[in-house]
Amino acid sequence: MSLRTLEGFKFSTLKTPVHLLDPRTKFLIVIAVLVPALVFANIYVMIALLLSQLPLLLIGKVARRWALSLRAGVFLSALIFVVNLFTGSYLSAIALTLRFLVLLTSFSLFFMTTSPDDLGLALDRIGAVRWLSRRWLGYPNALSFTFTTAVRLVPTLAVDAQTVVDAQRSRGLELDKGNLLKRVRNYIPILIPLLLIAIRRSLELAEALESRGFPGKEGRTSLFQLKLRPVDYAIIALSLAIIGISFWVYFHYKIPVL
Amino acid sequence: MITLEKVSFTYRSGQRALQDVDLNIEGGDFIAIMGENGAGKTTLAKHLNGLLKPSQGRVLVDGDDTRKVSVAKLSRKVGLVFQNPDHLLFSETVKDEVAFGLKNFGFTPEVVHKQVERTLEALGLSEYAESSPFLLSGGERKRVALAAILATEPDYLILDEPTIGQDYQQKERLRNFILQLYSQGKAVVMITHDVEFVAESNPKVILLSQGRIVARGPADSVLSKDELVKKASLVRPQMSRLFGELAKYGLPGDVVDVHRARLLLEEKLLEAKARVAQNS
Amino acid sequence: MAHAPREIILAKNLGFQYVGAQKAAIHGIDLSIKENEFILLTGPSGCGKTSLCRCLNGLIPNFYQGEWTGELLVDALSVTTQLTSELSRRVGYVFQNPENQLFALTVEKDIAFGPENLGLSREEIRQRVDEAMNVTGTLSLKDLAPYELSGGQQQRVALAGVLAMKPSVIVLDEPTSFLDPHTAEEVMGATDDLRRELGLTIVVVEHRLDLVARYAERIVVMDAGKIVADGDLEETLDEKFDLLEGLGVGVPRVSLLWTMLRRDGLVSGKVPTHVESAASSLGDMMSQ
Repeated sequence: MSLRTLEGFKFSTLKTPVHLLDPRTKFLIVIAVLVPALVFANIYVMIALLLSQLPLLLIGKVARRWALSLRAGVFLSALIFVVNLFTGSYLSAIALTLRFLVLLTSFSLFFMTTSPDDLGLALDRIGAVRWLSRRWLGYPNALSFTFTTAVRLVPTLAVDAQTVVDAQRSRGLELDKGNLLKRVRNYIPILIPLLLIAIRRSLELAEALESRGFPGKEGRTSLFQLKLRPVDYAIIALSLAIIGISFWVYFHYKIPVL
Repeated sequence: MITLEKVSFTYRSGQRALQDVDLNIEGGDFIAIMGENGAGKTTLAKHLNGLLKPSQGRVLVDGDDTRKVSVAKLSRKVGLVFQNPDHLLFSETVKDEVAFGLKNFGFTPEVVHKQVERTLEALGLSEYAESSPFLLSGGERKRVALAAILATEPDYLILDEPTIGQDYQQKERLRNFILQLYSQGKAVVMITHDVEFVAESNPKVILLSQGRIVARGPADSVLSKDELVKKASLVRPQMSRLFGELAKYGLPGDVVDVHRARLLLEEKLLEAKARVAQNS
Repeated sequence: MAHAPREIILAKNLGFQYVGAQKAAIHGIDLSIKENEFILLTGPSGCGKTSLCRCLNGLIPNFYQGEWTGELLVDALSVTTQLTSELSRRVGYVFQNPENQLFALTVEKDIAFGPENLGLSREEIRQRVDEAMNVTGTLSLKDLAPYELSGGQQQRVALAGVLAMKPSVIVLDEPTSFLDPHTAEEVMGATDDLRRELGLTIVVVEHRLDLVARYAERIVVMDAGKIVADGDLEETLDEKFDLLEGLGVGVPRVSLLWTMLRRDGLVSGKVPTHVESAASSLGDMMSQ
């Protein structure tokens, strides 16, 4: 189950209107969905939030992958439903399960349509991140850079992980046998090589990057930059409005579950 | 004997990696599996110890169908040495590393101890028994990985790209070691793209291209054929290319080994000398 | 335009011992490299070739700590006084593992990385990236991610990234180890083409001499941290063949063949270093 869920969060390199939105815009969309989802527990609101994201999924051409991730999230949804049956009413259980799906969809949509590169660029522009980066690591873009590198290494390390499992199984290691304690210990021959490989790859990468002038002096420029276009401003305005209205309604009215 | 009967394999992503592969591997065999990147060499290797099960056809190891037996059980007979030793190494000492497989297969401590000692000696690693495997050089780590698989004395040894990054002397040692193994009756299968190493070691060559076996035979016949070599993204061994250029002097085209090349050239050169002596 | 090529790398009694090592990785290195040379650096495993290369672009002593002795001038700059970032403008480094040199999520962004570090203007970066992609034939790959590329493609992208820095020297440390023979030859050929087109100085570390023999004019052989042979490739293979064989250097098969025949008195003349010259020399011998 677990690995298929990840497919619903992986960036797909397409150039749809949704993909081309600025990552900051898309992040605000997530907030604009999050706030009403968390602030209300009304079934109609949840359904509305879910349906409103559908056009984005379709325009972004990621609807099929999203459906996959939903299918994989069935287990967790069922769990939430059952737990809430015991702690609340039948209707609130439905509402909360729907809320989980709304949140899942929102994050899934964000990660599927935002390239980690652009995320890195966006992080670069956020003042707070630059400040933190300078304090911790000495350079304003070090944090966003670390993030990009981590993302870049994920598919490579995933392959490494599978190779380590294969290699150790070829030495007689059986990961599906034994009591709980034995099974946990059996992961040591998997985790240690993987950790060391990750470290080795990172060091080699660092060496290669330093050989190309990293980190350079203060004043590193960038070939690419993020630009907010009119459509971004429109959506940002809409998102802020939704967030504002949600809070206003929350403080003035009591919305029941149904 | 390991038998592959009409083995085809398709990855879950839909990528077809192997098609209709028929192959027999017996004790005493020395086989080199060659082919371009993505030809299916590693996929084929993983079928030999059950890590991958065929989508169609079947793989029999000494009569056992790999779909019916666990990888652990198959690994007792089929030792697969992965290309990058860092994918295996995790123990505190080289001794512990080499003992790992033996312990997994349930041997007694006395047997484990003896086998570890023997294997370390055979590979020239005795002095490193108590060292940490991570502090050794690249070549030494490769030997430790090899020792770890050899310790359990598998009948079939599969080596994935064992010559990458090795200098000439290290490759010589490896060649001699392989010779020892297959003359002892073990089967050695080597996945490689090192044409010169193959030319000098003379294994039986199996050429894979796009998942199919496109040629099989002795190194000198397979590696001297231009179209085959090109398909597999290889180059002809130096001797073969040299003799290609010298074809007009009546020299055969299927030479890959330096020593055979020398004998053939000796003949022609002595003839030439005789001619010169006659004419003067 | 016939000026004498200038000296671009000068090492005097260069030595280095890594922190915690029992002995020096390299010592007593005297080396002079002129512009536009193509040098093959070889020797048995552990002889110090990689350590020497690391000194050339400043990875030693900046990335690798230890004790430095002697002097090394690169383009008249003393390595010990410069940061790697400054030296990277002059000396590019292509590593053995193709995958671990590429960090960005697209090829284009990866190639732009170096110039970005130099703080160049966006137009300048754009120009350098386009040039580098054109000259290495990687334009068609520009939107792909590193892990989607083959080993050969990855090395070409790595080369492009290095070229975008506009260095005068490029060091390639066993760049084709992980590549299949055909791709390996392509990469070597491309490297030589670039040397001629751009007037670069090339240093290649390689065990397999026959791969590089066609292009390298000069060979530097190391053993146990010292240089044991340094000179014209053909002459060195000719005069010092036994030394090289003794060290376990992978001499070209045609050179080995010739040496054996010469020992038996069947041929005479200089040792050929690659197939074409061997064929022509042997042809001459046989058609007498």
